[in-house]
Amino acid sequence: MSDPVLLTADAVERVYRLGRDIEVPALRGVSFAVDRGEYVAIVGSSGSGKSTLLNLLGVLDRPTSGQVRYDGRDVREMGDTDLAALRNRRIGFVFQSFHLLPRLTAVDNVALPLIYRPGTPRSRRDAAVRALTQVGLADRLEHRPTELSGGQQQRVAIARALVTDPALILADEPTGNLDSVTGLDIMTLLEQLQSERGTALVVITHEHQIAQRAQRTIELRDGLVVSEAPA
Amino acid sequence: MSPREAVRVALQALAANRLRSALTTLGVLIGVMSVVLLVAIGQGARSEITSAIEGLGSNLLFVLPGDGDFGSGPTRSRFVLDDVERIDQRLPGAQRRTAGSTVGAETLQVDGERVSASVQAVTASYPDVLNRELARGQLFTESDVVTSRRTAVLGASVAEELFARQDPIGRQVSIGGVQFRVTGVLTRIGGDGSPFGPDQDRTALVPITTGQRLFGVDRLDSIFVRASSTAAVDADREVIRAALGERLDEDEFSVVSQDEIIGVVGDILAILTGVLAAIAGISLLVGGVGVSNIMLVSVSERTREIGLRKALGARTRDITAQFLLEAVALTALGGLIGLGLGIGGSHLVAAFAPVPAEVTWWSVALALGTSVAVGLVFGVLPARRAGKLDPVEALRRD
Repeated sequence: MSDPVLLTADAVERVYRLGRDIEVPALRGVSFAVDRGEYVAIVGSSGSGKSTLLNLLGVLDRPTSGQVRYDGRDVREMGDTDLAALRNRRIGFVFQSFHLLPRLTAVDNVALPLIYRPGTPRSRRDAAVRALTQVGLADRLEHRPTELSGGQQQRVAIARALVTDPALILADEPTGNLDSVTGLDIMTLLEQLQSERGTALVVITHEHQIAQRAQRTIELRDGLVVSEAPA
Repeated sequence: MSPREAVRVALQALAANRLRSALTTLGVLIGVMSVVLLVAIGQGARSEITSAIEGLGSNLLFVLPGDGDFGSGPTRSRFVLDDVERIDQRLPGAQRRTAGSTVGAETLQVDGERVSASVQAVTASYPDVLNRELARGQLFTESDVVTSRRTAVLGASVAEELFARQDPIGRQVSIGGVQFRVTGVLTRIGGDGSPFGPDQDRTALVPITTGQRLFGVDRLDSIFVRASSTAAVDADREVIRAALGERLDEDEFSVVSQDEIIGVVGDILAILTGVLAAIAGISLLVGGVGVSNIMLVSVSERTREIGLRKALGARTRDITAQFLLEAVALTALGGLIGLGLGIGGSHLVAAFAPVPAEVTWWSVALALGTSVAVGLVFGVLPARRAGKLDPVEALRRD
């Protein structure tokens, strides 16, 4: 684990096929690397290909050509089961629309990724309670998503991302559904986790204000990296 | 995902949609209940009839008109009273072991009371050969038969309805408009009155010759022979064949043992039970289609959940297993409740209806096994569809 690089994208292309002959290139050769513990913002307007890039970095999808490597391993050479394990162990997702299961309590929502790895119900609950405490929701354990505010729901989602102790938190417009004050709180929380726990943080956003907070900004336009600048 | 965890997740999902789960499971529930209940009734009927035939004694031979093929049409009997004598003489032993009877439906009347009954014109040997006992009085004698005396022995039900609590012995009864003197009453055998075949207590015995004159016939409907032992059944059968063969063609009569009748009746009822089970099985199948349908709706409703679970590390097989387990949990639950209702219903039928019902272990095993299998078979399609969902597409869905 001496290699400081966590993940690399190397000449990544992703082409979507619509119907028989229409090909839409969403990414047209994107290359960059993210180090362990690094805080990177990927910024771009809608249609720039940032959602596609998110799916590739989250290994929910494979590139049409080029390579995405995690810990030096090429994602394209891994099977679906390996990718599922990679997502479960190394990546924590934070979505714009939270994606909490409405019928589960906060603590059960947070424990959700843990059911796909070995462990007892007791240990899962303990870990979920710890994660919720860390995001400041120790008093909301048994609340359901509908009983929580937007900011609280996103905190539950962040707790769910960090409960697996991942190497990377991948946040997709994490403040997009929140007012600016609450959004700022959420960004502060994510940054605090990144600096305290040494977890890499990749935030995908269309807001330059948010992007400026990162150690490094990668700007996408029309499927290409147009600028890469340390903040 | 551990199996225990998978079961928990599946039950959680079903509990979140209680009404829908209950309605979906109803089809399977009704199917299983029908299988258990109908098979229980079929089985009960079978053992009821079998024991009724067995009650006649295991060494009884029936001489029936026709070649004994159940597929052939009704055959007019060509037996006459002399045939009884002819068979009896050939059989070893001094005891009378052969009886003949001719049956007709007549109205019995005493003062204002009228009762319809099957009047059996029989030889004097009939009660001995067919194990029928008299509760009171006595049967007619050989000489009553020879002289065609108008005497009658009443079945228990008939005696009760015509004479209430009075003693019928020595009283007059009108049978088909002719006056008979009652000499005895038979012991009750029917008990609750079996729904299969005529009530054995709603009968009257009259001397064969008197009865033949009453009915205006000179034939016998059937001849009964009691073999000296179960082992002698086959030997006696040959004697009967030889005796009757002198006078009748081989296809004009047949000799069947009690075992053979039980076998044929048992086969018919087994087929009947099988058909009932199959019809109930179809409703189980329809229930399965309902489960499949609802699971497909559920998969499409929970697309985002599936996408999320995949993003969090669920493998294709975790998702497939989850939905398959939901389907099986639905059908197994329906199976268990249906089984309970089926067994309860069988007891209810046995308690209140004349049809007996016996729950058999194989119908229970079949119903439960089938309901789980239905869940597996009809759950596979939706579960595979869920497992194959692309997480990117699934997460994007509203």
